[in-house]
Amino acid sequence: MDELAATMTGFARTLRAAGVAADHERTQNLLLALAHLDVADSREVYWAGRLTLCATPDDLPRYDRCFAAYFGGRRATLARTATTSVTRHLAEHHDDGDGDEGTAAPATASRIELLRHRDVARLTEAERAEVHRMLALLRGGRARRRSRRFESAHRGGLDRRRTIRDALRTGEVAGLRRRRHTTRPRKVVLLVDVSGSMAPYAETLLRFAHALVRSEPAATRVYSIGTRLTPITAELRHRDPGTALDEVSKAIPDWSGGTRLGAELKEFLTRFSARGAITVIASDGWERGDPELLGTQMARLARQAYRVIWVNPHKGYEDYQPLTGGMRAALPHLDDLVAGHSLAAFEQLSERLAHA
Amino acid sequence: MDIESPAKLIELLDRHAYLADEGLATAAFLALRMGRPLFLEGEAGVGKTELAKTLAALLRAPLIRLQCYEGLDAAQALYDWDFARQLLHLKAAEAAGITDADRLEGEIYDRRFLIARPLLKAIETQPSVLLVDEIDRADDEFEAFLLEVLSDFTISIPELGTIRAATPPVVVVTSNRTREVHDALKRRCLYHWLEHPGFDREVAILRRRLPGCTETLATQVAGTAARLRQAGLVKPPGVAETLDWTEALLTLGAKELDPDLAAATLGAALKYREDVTAVIGNGLLSHG
Repeated sequence: MDELAATMTGFARTLRAAGVAADHERTQNLLLALAHLDVADSREVYWAGRLTLCATPDDLPRYDRCFAAYFGGRRATLARTATTSVTRHLAEHHDDGDGDEGTAAPATASRIELLRHRDVARLTEAERAEVHRMLALLRGGRARRRSRRFESAHRGGLDRRRTIRDALRTGEVAGLRRRRHTTRPRKVVLLVDVSGSMAPYAETLLRFAHALVRSEPAATRVYSIGTRLTPITAELRHRDPGTALDEVSKAIPDWSGGTRLGAELKEFLTRFSARGAITVIASDGWERGDPELLGTQMARLARQAYRVIWVNPHKGYEDYQPLTGGMRAALPHLDDLVAGHSLAAFEQLSERLAHA
Repeated sequence: MDIESPAKLIELLDRHAYLADEGLATAAFLALRMGRPLFLEGEAGVGKTELAKTLAALLRAPLIRLQCYEGLDAAQALYDWDFARQLLHLKAAEAAGITDADRLEGEIYDRRFLIARPLLKAIETQPSVLLVDEIDRADDEFEAFLLEVLSDFTISIPELGTIRAATPPVVVVTSNRTREVHDALKRRCLYHWLEHPGFDREVAILRRRLPGCTETLATQVAGTAARLRQAGLVKPPGVAETLDWTEALLTLGAKELDPDLAAATLGAALKYREDVTAVIGNGLLSHG
């Protein structure tokens, strides 16, 4: 390896350590790019690296730091950017240690039926573990939408390609072949509130999210909301719910903080999209920010989403009234307001997603 | 055309009234030199599409545009067979008593019955600039399929064979980042994140694009635009919008930005009723 290649490979390694996806192929691209530029000009090297090694706007500040450190006279080895060891927030709320699972009473049908309707916030650790095991088994199916692919059918639009094929085989244009669209699972976007007031329900909600992601990985997107919007779909793809939840707890920076639903929703609608999706917001609607902002953002969401469903843990009680500021602002823009406090409530929600 | 450095490209783009900064010029320069697609990401209206148009003008090559949307498929992006003409041809053959199926098949799957859609057209046209606009709007299956075309610039048509580009087209892919585009596609491209221009550059752009625009008006519009971008609007105005807005003001004979004229023409800059209400309500138009 020549000196330039060695230098750039080292630089790419530094970037990878800082969390930039500067893999081997990208490093090769950088070397190809440098062949067209002046390597002695640090600005040109800067841009060549930035254009070939970065992949998202989030990479750019890291890239700038690494570039300054690596080419700024000294070759600092950058430690992984401070993702200070995240304490296991999940464990803080309800510690479902391994010991509990062993001591769980045998599951009988009537016991499960009772458990099914109880508020997860009021369960013992062993009972909650059992509910979580059943959540992991949830396979509700998914409503479908028309896809752009076709299959041949007896009725439907004209299948031009097959008609021509037939005509060629028989030597005359005899009958017309038909085709129709196939269907695909409809996208679900799930926004999970992980702020302080939702803490007793956060783990159960995330386990529900895990089951959704596992059953339709390509058509489910999950984000945590609180004070920071965090995409957590990738973390939830792990087969094992425990591992997935560990990954999620590391990814979410704002466990049990406050709630700025309006601002978060605005960020969601700016950065991501709910177009055509069944959008589920799981929150108690305790908005610390301006309820009016939440109202306008809910209106925007309702315009782009296929359906908007709000899951509120407190909805499960008969005397529940949507009185919190956030809930009142959101209410006019919802298709459904459903409960989210018990296994039965989640089963119903899952059913709703299958037939929305 | 010989473009020997990014600096030279800045100059050439400037001649076509596009003011590029060092980063964007280096990106475009490398895309031309390396034959790699340029992946431009950034908010709406920062000049992504405009760059492709300007490159086409500068290279004297036709611009071939593929606007992405949900449900975009191969028949819209690549090629399609001209069904009506194929049937007519078969009917004519039938009338002439030709029944040899092999011969007929060869005839109706001829290049002349093929309708070239943007990707095929770009591969067949040399030179050309291919603009794949708003890739984030297409389905993710489409990305896989685009990656295949952009990797070796060939398209294989089962009935006809493989069509290969002698020299690959210049490719510009844009995204508004409403969703994350797959990494494999980005890795194939040069990635550039476009920001809103700074104040000075925006003034320069307004003056460069709109000859009738005075320094005073350009300064006031750019200053107001910078404030609007800080105001947390649903859709902050991009350069495209400030250009439209200034043009609207010029059409009304404005020499400078007075609040009444500004309010009357605000629809050129802001596209949401909520934004217009917020801006007028908060007095953001009275410049200080």
